[in-house]
Amino acid sequence: MYEFEIATPTNIADAVAALAEEDAQALAGGQTLIPSLKARLAMPSRLVSLTRIPEMKGVCRADDGRLCIGGGTTHATVAAEAAEAFAGLAALAGQIGDAAVRNRGTLGGSLANNDPSACYPPAVLATGATILTDRREIAAEDYFQGMFTTALEEGEIIAEVRFPVPEASADVKFAQPASRFALVGVFAARFADGAARVAVTGASEGGVYRWREAEEALSETWSPDAIAGLSAPAEGMIDDAHGSPAYRAHLVGVITRRAVAAA
Amino acid sequence: MAQISLMVNGKSTSAEVEGRTLLVDFLRGGLGLTGTHVGCDTSQCGACLVHVDGAVVKACSMFAFEADGADVRTIEGMAGADGALSTIQQAFRDHHGLQCGFCTPGMVMAAAALLKDTPKPTEAEIRHYLEGNICRCTGYHNIIKAILAASGQDVSALAAE
Ligand SMILES: Cc1cc2nc3c(=O)[nH]c(=O)nc-3n(C[C@H](O)[C@H](O)[C@H](O)COP(=O)(O)OP(=O)(O)OC[C@H]3O[C@@H](n4cnc5c(N)ncnc54)[C@H](O)[C@@H]3O)c2cc1C
Ligand code: FES
Ligand code: FES
Repeated sequence: MYEFEIATPTNIADAVAALAEEDAQALAGGQTLIPSLKARLAMPSRLVSLTRIPEMKGVCRADDGRLCIGGGTTHATVAAEAAEAFAGLAALAGQIGDAAVRNRGTLGGSLANNDPSACYPPAVLATGATILTDRREIAAEDYFQGMFTTALEEGEIIAEVRFPVPEASADVKFAQPASRFALVGVFAARFADGAARVAVTGASEGGVYRWREAEEALSETWSPDAIAGLSAPAEGMIDDAHGSPAYRAHLVGVITRRAVAAA
Repeated sequence: MAQISLMVNGKSTSAEVEGRTLLVDFLRGGLGLTGTHVGCDTSQCGACLVHVDGAVVKACSMFAFEADGADVRTIEGMAGADGALSTIQQAFRDHHGLQCGFCTPGMVMAAAALLKDTPKPTEAEIRHYLEGNICRCTGYHNIIKAILAASGQDVSALAAE
């Protein structure tokens, strides 16, 4: 690992100031960043630790009914504290990596990294959540911009995410057994007005996306049978040692049906 | 450099560490607590598990400076002061839950964290919880058995395999 300076701010304003230096980078749970530093894939001059910022942590219900989760909240805390208000999201958090990863890794870190196989992005996109940063609000639809690419600017910090809570939802992940990331993962949600939303991770070269054909069919009838005849196109799907585009496309159909059944 | 003060296995310690010093390197190199192992470079094996403020974490995936003010427990803190094995350690020994022993410190720390929250886990819950602990020797079966036994449950149903 290369050498770097450290900063341990205790509020968001100080963290933003510390990140203003060239080549400074935020450090949250470190579950993605520390392995990349070890492999010398990242070379920050300064790491700004976000773990001592109380205003970035916790789970609460806003007056408008949305579930607000601080960007620095660990997966383990989401699994425990969102269970009552939003069971589908809590179950998703409880399936990320392993217990030790969940005790350090954070919602903000996962979304900032936007790994094409990460678990949170489909929940954020499917619920139409809003990402609150130190400087603005970003709609999920505008936030995800392809593999490892987001709308975040240099030094911008995810302070909080606000999730509209669906009436029924479930996340089903077909895990790649070595990494425990999703080979294909689907978050399916039905809202009180009957609208259905389906977002897929792990499958597409463009990163997380909504499967709109399935959404239309499920908005008419919320049942696995409603999408039994649909198949996701293999074009643009990831092609790697773990699965071909055709296999991933097949999994998208199977996993979406399982998610609807589980919701 | 950063000045840190923390509790390790009940004793308070202070030290100066580089920003990039990993918690596991501080424990092993700085304090001579070599029971915490390093089995990989990719945060995937779980040999380095320790408890930080009661939560199980990978000591290879956390910096020493982040443990400033924390209460850290390592495998060295699991046995009694007189060297008597903890219930979990004794169960690993009784049920042949280790062969080479390299993964064992991590397995024991994971088991302790699991049993704190779930005192009577099912076999499936134990297997799920150990997802981040890799063992090259045992085939896991006797590890699961040891943890079931440590939780005071009957292991005879598992014994046949
Ligand atoms: C063994 C293992 C298994 C895993 N399995 C899964 C899995 O199944 N599913 C899954 O989704 N993930 C998985 N992960 C990744 C894990 O969820 C990470 O915790 C997460 O991707 C990154 O979060 P972090 O808090 O650790 O961020 P860090 O590693 O600290 O940071 C990651 C990136 O985000 C930036 N960043 C961090 N926080 C913020 C913020 N608040 N605002 C702006 N930028 C920020 C950092 O600068 C860095 O670029 C796994 C990781 C490991 C090691
Ligand atoms: S040494 Fe392998 S996970 Fe820490
Ligand atoms: S006993 Fe050898 S690695 Fe587990």
